[in-house]
Amino acid sequence: MVAEKARVLNLVQAINEALDLALARDERVLVFGEDVGQLGGVFRVTEGLQAKYGEKRVFDTPLAESGILGLAIGLAMGGLRPVAEIQFAGFLYPALDQILSHLGRWRHRSRGRVGLPVVVRAPYGGGVHTPEQHADSPEALLAHTPGVKVVIPSSPERAKGLLLSAIEDEDPVFFLEAIKLYRGVRAEVPEGYYTLPLGKARVVREGRHATLIGYGGMVEVMQEAASVAAKEGVEVMVVDLETLVPLDEETLLEAVRETGRAVVVYEAMRTGGFGAEIAARIAEGAIEYLKAPVVRVAGYDAPYPPFGAIEHHYRPNARRVLAALRRVLTY
Amino acid sequence: MKPKVIRYLDKGEFPIGEGEALALYRAMRRARFFDEKALLLQRQGRLGVYAPFMGQEAAQVGVALALDPGDWVVPSYRESAMLLARGLPIHVLILYWRAHPAGWRFPQGVRAVNPYIPIATQIPQAVGLALAGRYRGEGWVVGTSIGDGGTSEGDFHEGLNFAAVFDAPVVFLVQNNGYAISVPRQRQMRVDYIARRAEGYGIPGVVVDGNDVLAVYVEAKKAVERARKGEGPTLLEALTYRLAPHTTSDDPSRYRSREEEEAWRAKDPILRLRKALEEQGLWGVEAEEALLGELEEEFAREVALADQAPEPTPEMIVEHVYKEMGPDQRRAWEALRQGKHVEELW
Repeated sequence: MVAEKARVLNLVQAINEALDLALARDERVLVFGEDVGQLGGVFRVTEGLQAKYGEKRVFDTPLAESGILGLAIGLAMGGLRPVAEIQFAGFLYPALDQILSHLGRWRHRSRGRVGLPVVVRAPYGGGVHTPEQHADSPEALLAHTPGVKVVIPSSPERAKGLLLSAIEDEDPVFFLEAIKLYRGVRAEVPEGYYTLPLGKARVVREGRHATLIGYGGMVEVMQEAASVAAKEGVEVMVVDLETLVPLDEETLLEAVRETGRAVVVYEAMRTGGFGAEIAARIAEGAIEYLKAPVVRVAGYDAPYPPFGAIEHHYRPNARRVLAALRRVLTY
Repeated sequence: MKPKVIRYLDKGEFPIGEGEALALYRAMRRARFFDEKALLLQRQGRLGVYAPFMGQEAAQVGVALALDPGDWVVPSYRESAMLLARGLPIHVLILYWRAHPAGWRFPQGVRAVNPYIPIATQIPQAVGLALAGRYRGEGWVVGTSIGDGGTSEGDFHEGLNFAAVFDAPVVFLVQNNGYAISVPRQRQMRVDYIARRAEGYGIPGVVVDGNDVLAVYVEAKKAVERARKGEGPTLLEALTYRLAPHTTSDDPSRYRSREEEEAWRAKDPILRLRKALEEQGLWGVEAEEALLGELEEEFAREVALADQAPEPTPEMIVEHVYKEMGPDQRRAWEALRQGKHVEELW
């Protein structure tokens, strides 16, 4: 269901609107984390929500990520629908025990008695010269955790609908927001409450020569590369996965079968990253269609550089994607 | 100044009513009966790895019975006595320790969450559950339990701090049994009493003789009442001892002496209460025999029930990972159901 009117919003505004609508619609929804109340979040994503819904529904917590995740688990056990913010995805690490050992396991551990409808929002990714650990992309770590879902939107109108779906979902959902896109993208966003299905990938650009696959902050990089390629007559398909777990393998494989060439783009470190999973799925499900090996464009096997001056060498850009495209096209 | 260790037994004091005292005794005796039987079942290969609680009945039962039926317990893995006292049926507990899926889904009426292995992570979860009750106007109190070793974990401290900041209605029971498997309390921390830590969070800390169920029960009741009135959490440290190994795979003779064990055996919480009840004329040999007969019968019935649980099937592996199976679980479920996963190996 899609509302009628649309305005141009950035990602921060779209997510804020989704939270506002969720709080208004269901009193079981609580929003909390470090600095989300009075300050409105370090990125202002939760701006105005405490003033509107009060400190019972939108509140600041002590600075303790494991405590925040543990609190969210207990609140969900008690019948509420917590939406926790972790200030940066790289700050999830102190909470990994709660995530890996509990958040993803309770439904299984209790044979379905205890489901945890928790949403954890966290900004991730680089491109804006943040300090150390503020640009990490831990999506593969999360995707490797049974029992949780992982959603990474790439545009304001998608983010709004996907976040509302995540909050309605009966299982824990990690909702990662690319920092680079917060104020870097603007799009028409429908007014009112609407949801978009989790677990669906989408083809954002059609093409017949090669397929680019990525998500979140890499979608605009892939689009840019595809536009440049188009000028040379190369038609590149661009697939935005949006949901990493559950993965829409069907759409992914269909897109690769159409072109026979695939490049996977992600900004986490290369080894064991989510792109490795995509390459493996393609090998298992569509190898007979491949005219070239699947190529990954990713970060390097090193911590994300905390040095703004060289950060752009780490984070994949259109040039690197074009070079990879050339490789698969001339193989 | 050393905190006072609260104690009633062996001093001739009897601060609670007859009915309550007898209920505490029955619950402890029943739990001990289960523990002894569970160790036998384990040796017969009819239980998996098991964590006995023998010696800690007073701490667990005292807190469990201080809570109302509408309250919740968030236990650690040694809290079988607590779960039994909260009404978890014995056959479910047996199946739980058999690692049978049917024992991992607690019945809806039982307000206890599954125990699990990671240490101290239940502490912030208990706080969340308590706040949920307050938010919903249900007003339930949460009793959660941890061992002395668990208090070294970060989550213990994060959870206590959260509870204090939010005035969460939680009773934190620390069962200080002196050892984290083999590491003694002195090697675990430099404080003499864990309850002292409460001051650091701005909440009350109380030390009780953990083998004196009257002391545990009375102090737990006070803490529950405080929590229910909105006065926030309490840290209750129960000084106790596990008379048995850490688990059925452990050998305590490698790290503690027989003399130490014997000294604690003399402080057995069940014998101490029984003696007091006998002095009050509330208990005797006949009552004891009748109770043991009842327990024997109940246990036989419950074991039979547990034995009747159907053999788990391989496809259960991928059930209940999500509310609805995703494409990957669905595919695995079909393969497991048809036994095709076995062929995949070849």
